[in-house]
Amino acid sequence: MTHVLDPGTLAAGTRPGPGPGTAFDDVTRSDAALRAFLHGLPGVDQVGAEQRAATLGTRSIKTTAKAWAIDTAISMVDLTTLEGADTPGRVRSLAAKARRPDPADPTAPAVAAVCVYGDLAGVAREALAGTGIRVAAVATAFPSGRASREVKLADVRDAVGNGADEIDMVIDRGAFLSGRYLEVFEEIVAVKEACGGAHLKVILETGELVTYDNARRASWLAMLAGADFVKTSTGKISPAATLPVCLVMLEAVRDFRAATGRQVGVKPAGGIRTTKDAVKHLVLVNETVGADWLSPDWFRLGASSLLNDLLLQRQKLRTGHYSGPDHVSVD
Amino acid sequence: MANPFEYAPAPESRSIVDVAPSYGLFVDGEFVDGSGETLKTVNPATEEVLSEVAVGTEADVDRAVRAARRAYTRVWGPMRPADRGKYLFRIARILQERAREFAVLESLDNGKPIRESRDVDVPLAAAHFFHHAGWADKLAYAGLGPDPRPHGVAGQVIPWNFPLLMLAWKVAPALATGNTVVLKPAETTPLTALLFAQVCQQADLPPGVVNVVTGAGETGRAVVEHADVDKVAFTGSTEVGRSIARAVAGTRKVLTLELGGKAANIVFDDAPVDQAVEGIVRGIFFNQGHVCCAGSRLLVQESVHDEVIASLQRRIGTLRVGDPLDKNTDIGAINSHQQLERIRELVGIGEAEGAQRWQPACDLPDRGYWFPPTVFTDVSPAHRIARDEVFGPVLSVLTFRTPDEAVAKANNTTYGLSAGVWTEKGSRILAIADRLRAGVVWANTFNQFDPTSPFGGYKQSGYGREGGRQGLAAYLKGASH
Repeated sequence: MTHVLDPGTLAAGTRPGPGPGTAFDDVTRSDAALRAFLHGLPGVDQVGAEQRAATLGTRSIKTTAKAWAIDTAISMVDLTTLEGADTPGRVRSLAAKARRPDPADPTAPAVAAVCVYGDLAGVAREALAGTGIRVAAVATAFPSGRASREVKLADVRDAVGNGADEIDMVIDRGAFLSGRYLEVFEEIVAVKEACGGAHLKVILETGELVTYDNARRASWLAMLAGADFVKTSTGKISPAATLPVCLVMLEAVRDFRAATGRQVGVKPAGGIRTTKDAVKHLVLVNETVGADWLSPDWFRLGASSLLNDLLLQRQKLRTGHYSGPDHVSVD
Repeated sequence: MANPFEYAPAPESRSIVDVAPSYGLFVDGEFVDGSGETLKTVNPATEEVLSEVAVGTEADVDRAVRAARRAYTRVWGPMRPADRGKYLFRIARILQERAREFAVLESLDNGKPIRESRDVDVPLAAAHFFHHAGWADKLAYAGLGPDPRPHGVAGQVIPWNFPLLMLAWKVAPALATGNTVVLKPAETTPLTALLFAQVCQQADLPPGVVNVVTGAGETGRAVVEHADVDKVAFTGSTEVGRSIARAVAGTRKVLTLELGGKAANIVFDDAPVDQAVEGIVRGIFFNQGHVCCAGSRLLVQESVHDEVIASLQRRIGTLRVGDPLDKNTDIGAINSHQQLERIRELVGIGEAEGAQRWQPACDLPDRGYWFPPTVFTDVSPAHRIARDEVFGPVLSVLTFRTPDEAVAKANNTTYGLSAGVWTEKGSRILAIADRLRAGVVWANTFNQFDPTSPFGGYKQSGYGREGGRQGLAAYLKGASH
């Protein structure tokens, strides 16, 4: 049988980061210092990163491993609705599905969170009371992030006030792309403060940052500013989550923990629609950062239609045959 | 904490392959009994005997060469080049259709992981036939003269590390240029060549155009020394290559040799570290390090040495070693007991000379031939593990301080087959590549092969090129590249 040579190695995290443990305060003292730091991070070779992600995508996950992966993926889903047409009714219906994804099978795990716009966080809060399922709300003028800082902070405070446990903010991509890194940093710090006790997920919108170098720099920027999670995308821009971009972000959180001791989560969101995609992401986590990240506390999948495919595959694994779309609930 | 995500076994089924209990020789379009002994070929992952194959004698080789000569004179030589191309296209398509069969058989006989035989060896072998099929009727436009002519009968001896792929590298250009072939596969890995012989039958290739004579060193010698062979092509050890060069010297035979290597993989301090680590792993652990162009010497800039080695060790710890037929295996079995002994010997010498050996915590199967991935640090250019080709999963790490020192150390070898450069600075890639004496230089990647790209070495890595336009020259009279 095939076995990993040394399963403990990923946890070791021995790689020294680009600075001493707590001295990162220094790199955010000025725009120039922050720029020098971010541009001093090792580059990402696009061809190599894509090749590595593709190779990991060929892992063959079968039987017991597949069953574990499907249940774990379900428990990592941030079940999301972010439409202009969202209503309290729709959010309640989504909450019901989050609590019990497969009405016919109580052994199917609940999802990690329900993700909505801030004004509906209260509805979600109420519908999920007592379940342990978290309420995530997008804020900071999601998805474009084009509003003044005061408006963004008010957006955050409103969502937290409505009962959100987690805030999914967007970074100012315009500022990032024009090199005003300190501005982006300070905004994340301010949002983190406005979050109070709520967890902060920072959406990089990698589809607009375009390069993997930018994805790595933005990840570090967000982590330095206090992000609890780094998240790929809003889901409103294509491409959204891809395997290579997730790989680069996982490498960033791995290196950040090695350098600072603080663990940050990763959330690919948008474009993950099939069980196969979800399993590939779990393989990526497993072989890049290891078992420490293989839980909903540290890895989430932002998705909506994915859940039904996971449930169909779960039924298939249990019964030996495919059922069909009428055997899972419509969202 | 135990990893909850333990991959369940995902073995590729071997039922797709029909391994006969014994095989004869493929001569003049038919399988015939050999006139000598037989040898057993084993699965190196289990030591299970897979089959018995004939050991070709001088008489057998003579029959094969005469068949090849006949086919050359009567059929293959006079045939319209476009028709030769049709046969090659047909072979390429059959290789694709039967890809799974070839991949499983290759992994069984060689010990390499199915992921590599499936994703690298077999697709590349088919690609070589497709590439050369296209050349068959365009040779006059290859820049090798207005009417380049074939040599006649090519005697080809290939190694055990990429049995089918090396066959393709040899057979495809030979046939495309109008030569006929007597091929001697390696003693430990004859099975995919014999399956290829069946493909030749399936493609209705005229009898005698391809002949496969199995056996060991003596059979190879008979092929090389046969008086009616016009062209000799060999891939294998420098030691055997030398004896072949001696045997061919003074005859009218044309010779190409693709021999050993001790490639330097140079990592500068501005390299993309994560991808460089992948490239180092791919460079030395691909195919268990049984690769003549393996990046067996890591030259890393001193300022990033500790960071790169720590990343490399963490990555090596995630490699999956075991059953070659499991689709999740990264590193398979060492091809033979003999090779395993050689690796052990050189690793022992490395330790005795004072280099630091590192291996991940390791649990290898009880049966079969296995060696864990191994990294030596504190290696000096004077150490034997920095000079001798190990041909196994053993990496020697050396350091440098300046680009000049990197180039000097990289070139300080009797070989010159391949090298790698890792840096984000494009101008440095060009400047360094220009100064490296190696047939292939990879930039920010390693062990990438393509039929359009010529492959071959300097110095004791041999001479002649395979692949590309240059590779055609090796099989055409008077063509120089």
